[in-house]
Amino acid sequence: MLILAVIIITSYASLYGALSGISSDSDYIFLSLYTTSGNSIPSFMSFIALLGPFVGIILGFDGISGEKSERTLYRIAAQPIYRDSIINGKFLAGTTLIFLMVFTMGVSVGAAGLLVTGVPPSLEEVGRVFFYLVFTSVYICVWLGLSLWFSVVCKNAAASAMASIGVWLFFALFMSLVAGIIADAFYPMNNDWQALMNSMGNYTLELNLNRLSPYYLYSEAASTIMNPSVRAVNVVTMESLSGAISGYLSLGQSLLLVWPHLAGLIALMLATFAGSYICFMRQEIRAK
Amino acid sequence: MSEYIIRTVGLTKRYGEKTAVKQLNLTIKKGEVFGLLGPNGAGKTTTTLMLLGLTEPTEGFASIEGMDCTRDPIGVKRIVGYLPDNVGFYGDMTGRENLYFTGRLNGLPEDVIRERTEGLLERVGMTEAADQKTKTYSRGMKQRLGIADVLLKDPKIIIMDEPTLGIDPQGMRDLLSLIRELSEKDGRTILLSSHQLYQVQQICDRVGIFVEGSLIACGTIAELGKKMEREGKYTLELSAEPDNEALTRLLSGVEGVNGVEREGENILVHSRTDLRRRVTMELTANGYTLLGLRQKGGDLDEIYGRYFEKAEREQRKAEAKGNRALERLKKGLRSGQRKSGGA
Repeated sequence: MLILAVIIITSYASLYGALSGISSDSDYIFLSLYTTSGNSIPSFMSFIALLGPFVGIILGFDGISGEKSERTLYRIAAQPIYRDSIINGKFLAGTTLIFLMVFTMGVSVGAAGLLVTGVPPSLEEVGRVFFYLVFTSVYICVWLGLSLWFSVVCKNAAASAMASIGVWLFFALFMSLVAGIIADAFYPMNNDWQALMNSMGNYTLELNLNRLSPYYLYSEAASTIMNPSVRAVNVVTMESLSGAISGYLSLGQSLLLVWPHLAGLIALMLATFAGSYICFMRQEIRAK
Repeated sequence: MSEYIIRTVGLTKRYGEKTAVKQLNLTIKKGEVFGLLGPNGAGKTTTTLMLLGLTEPTEGFASIEGMDCTRDPIGVKRIVGYLPDNVGFYGDMTGRENLYFTGRLNGLPEDVIRERTEGLLERVGMTEAADQKTKTYSRGMKQRLGIADVLLKDPKIIIMDEPTLGIDPQGMRDLLSLIRELSEKDGRTILLSSHQLYQVQQICDRVGIFVEGSLIACGTIAELGKKMEREGKYTLELSAEPDNEALTRLLSGVEGVNGVEREGENILVHSRTDLRRRVTMELTANGYTLLGLRQKGGDLDEIYGRYFEKAEREQRKAEAKGNRALERLKKGLRSGQRKSGGA
């Protein structure tokens, strides 16, 4: 409950920041409500990217271990229901709450921005915001699935919370360092010659490694969706840029760019849930 | 055949090296109160969990009313109510809401749930506290709500795991009479596990004694007592006047007596046959007044102790053979202590 309140407050704060920092020369004023950061207040997008995983983790981390320590799991499991309906229920309740929360917040921030700026969104902007919110929800569900998994595996709620937060910290902070180190090991760039030969491979490998992290995958996808001027997510050579006309991508083209990201995020979500499902079904129900 | 409502055949559960339940063959008749007795960690809870299909047996099978507990756990759980040891409720919900939730999980229609909930709250004496959140409940209140929760689905069989643990004497009396009533008035079959002999003795029709995962004795309390006697162990508890050294010497001299020891006010006479008649005659002939005489072995405490002794002796034999049984026993004892400490 507390974290939801915090998120609502911060998203309105970010809206305030965006309003003070917004400039009228953008072609997509409505989108910049979400993406612009004011002086010292980060943007709505970066707030969500930061706090979203916490929502997922908080909804999931004591899902099963809490039932165990409260000793209610026995009682529920002794009722004539299938065992998987317990874990399915936990996950579905969490995803429903996440989708509701993300959409309510996204729409209400947009509405407040609309009231203040008086600039109506174009259909394309509405579409972009919608897909951004879908991405955000799926991204948070990945963390829900992960923390639910830890709650099945760990004996107590604190351990599972620590484990989930640890994984999140790793992906958010250290994954890029690790990816850089590994890329350098495979494609060393110690002198000019190596740099010439390896820079393409180095950069691509680092990017792909980074994309293993749901955090990076989500940020890349979100910025592509919310920023029509992003034209590519992979390496672009000068050669392929030559003759390109500078302009914005249409929504359909932006989506085409991040389609693999969405598929990846959904796959991650299903993988984490499948992990928790399998562990739970194979587990002995005895809380001792 | 249909007389037996619960039956297990060669039920075995192993956890790695440790065998929690060994080759359990158990049959329980319809409408009886059966007590599973044994020290902590003897495999009682594992057995009840296997009956409910919550734990898969390694070997053997268990059935309740013809339904395989492993293959058809939903069918089994529909007719079996389970009261876990130290039952828990959702703390943010009131007692009544918790019961409604259970009713819905059982797929009962709302009006039936409401009706039964009120009736059961009345029956367990929880009507007044029903609208309080369950996190404010005391242990005894939780236990009573737990019984209402079990009865909500109107089960044919009730399995209770350590139901008397941590309840005050008055609550205990109420609980025991309620259990008796559930069996006699409603005709439900009740399986309860406990390590508290006295209570079990009061209410059980039959008991099974569980040590180290195997059922070493099973039957009515009287039967178990008889069986003990057949094994040729008699203990006579007596007190007489004048109580002096000569008395013990006299008793030791009686034919057939194996040993005489003093236990507080009383003298215990061990023998291989029933000596009541001979001892009485001997005492009167020598001018003693008999104040009390009792053949021990009829109550559960005795039986329980004996069987434990027996199990321990076997354990020692195994130890002499040099296998790792002792290790396991120690481990079991330690975890047993930890468990009882935790409870």
